[in-house]
Amino acid sequence: MEEADIERLKAIAKDIRKDILIMLNKATSGHTGGSLSVVEILVALFFSKMRHDPNNVHYRERDRFVLSKGHAAPALYAVLSRCGYFDRKELFELRKLGSHLQGHPDSKFTPGVEVPTGSLGQGLSMANGIALALRLDKIPSRVYVLLGDGEVQEGQVWEAAMTAAHYKIDNLCAILDNNGLQIDGWVKDVMNIEPLGKKWEAFGWEVLEIDGHDFNQILDALDKAEKIKGRPTIIIAHTIKGKGVSFFENQVKYHGIAPNDIELEKALKELDSN
Amino acid sequence: MEKASLREAYGRALLELGRRNENIVVLDADLSGSTKTKMFAKEFPNRFFNMGVAEQDMIGTAAGLAASGKIPFASTFAIFATGRAWEQIRQSVAYAGLNVKIVASHGGITVGDDGGSHQAIEDIALMRILPHMAVIVPADAIEMEQVIYTIAEYEGPVYVRGSRVNFPIIYNNGDYHFQLGKGSIIREGEDITIIATGLMVHHTLEAAKELENCGISARVINMSTIKPIDKELIIESAKITGAIVTAEEHLIIGGLGSAVCEVLSESYPVPVKRIGIEDRFGISGKPEALLAYFHLMPEDIIEAAKRLLDCKPYRLRAIA
Repeated sequence: MEEADIERLKAIAKDIRKDILIMLNKATSGHTGGSLSVVEILVALFFSKMRHDPNNVHYRERDRFVLSKGHAAPALYAVLSRCGYFDRKELFELRKLGSHLQGHPDSKFTPGVEVPTGSLGQGLSMANGIALALRLDKIPSRVYVLLGDGEVQEGQVWEAAMTAAHYKIDNLCAILDNNGLQIDGWVKDVMNIEPLGKKWEAFGWEVLEIDGHDFNQILDALDKAEKIKGRPTIIIAHTIKGKGVSFFENQVKYHGIAPNDIELEKALKELDSN
Repeated sequence: MEKASLREAYGRALLELGRRNENIVVLDADLSGSTKTKMFAKEFPNRFFNMGVAEQDMIGTAAGLAASGKIPFASTFAIFATGRAWEQIRQSVAYAGLNVKIVASHGGITVGDDGGSHQAIEDIALMRILPHMAVIVPADAIEMEQVIYTIAEYEGPVYVRGSRVNFPIIYNNGDYHFQLGKGSIIREGEDITIIATGLMVHHTLEAAKELENCGISARVINMSTIKPIDKELIIESAKITGAIVTAEEHLIIGGLGSAVCEVLSESYPVPVKRIGIEDRFGISGKPEALLAYFHLMPEDIIEAAKRLLDCKPYRLRAIA
């Protein structure tokens, strides 16, 4: 990856972060921390890795993306809007009555959203189904699914993990946003999920571990995953909850709280100064 | 009395559909021998997905397949399909509005010996309450086959409740055509209407014959589509007969009886008696013994009909 491309992605990520904060502030509710932790992953996918076309949303050969951790919807919406799926103005109607942007992603309302998510633990099963259908139809597209770390406490995730390995679903790549926090506290304190990599390996997956805020590492891992055949791949992305705004980082409080006006102003200033 | 297996009918229809349409895919949760999806699996192994004992993942995977244009049929026992995976059906199928067909076997107490843990007596209620979900309970194997062909053409989520036991044949004359959302009058009558579903349709016909001997003329309706329910037919029947009995192999809470009462209480209130399982779980026993134990036999319907006639505001006919 050229340095200029990385700089372009970094600039986009900064704008996305600003949009996320403004839309959450205007909505007065929503998930700040877990939206900020996935920004680089989403930007790498939608602005570099994935084949998709906002002007032809449902074209068959597109790569598919499933946001299994649906509460990061603001990040997805900001990215989709910037790609051109809908007007940026719509971002600021998030969560309002009549908005195209529901509190959690909903394919019935929002172009670019493949399936509705929000109830945790269900996205990997759906992504498996999409990947199996693509394989049956001999469509060479890939399926990306983004999981939360707290989310893998759901039993269905491990049912789906078995399925992906059993059916050798290699046109699918899961990415795990390992930001370490969930709504009640540190994941390790609430319900320990470690050893995470060994668990996925034991379930038959190829496991890659990266810094989830480093574009070079993300894109390398996504390329590597595409070459792995005969089994699914998971990229465990080590991230920081609330990434990019110092006073949101690693703060459990901001899992499900939107920035107020003062916090927003401070946060935007901080983002602009970096 | 000729009986036939709803499961076999499902398996046959699925196989035929598989031959006609390559977008038909089938999922099962380790019960493909029981649900008869094995027939499809044998001929189309690449379009059959055994998900193991993992109903939640089965439903989610089916949703993903549907989101990509496939027509998935997902099967297991009724209690596991609708109970274990209820929230997956809600979020990934119904909320998503995806074209997933959930066809369960082993509805009701006629599961028998396996006992209450395996007897789905709440499944109709669980599925009926979900927005966008169609709910169908065939009355015999012939109707089951037609239901399967019909829902394959229909765009949207559907729950079909089958049974472990063979049902007596109701529609052996070959001129029945199942229509989603339409009840069918299988016997005309003026004194009372008995609206039944599933196995209870046969018991109701038996009851109606006996009632005729007592001078009571009973209209019998097979309400195979519980949702969307045939409101017009329910109201028309209430107007003609002035009293309605419902009969189902399900809790009286939330099932056919509730659905009929919802229509009548708002549109044309008449006296109603619901035949079904009271507020309790099933138990082990042979299917026939359990049907008697839970008061789901023709004589129970006869008694309910007679009692209800006494509640009618005016008597249409003298009762012998």
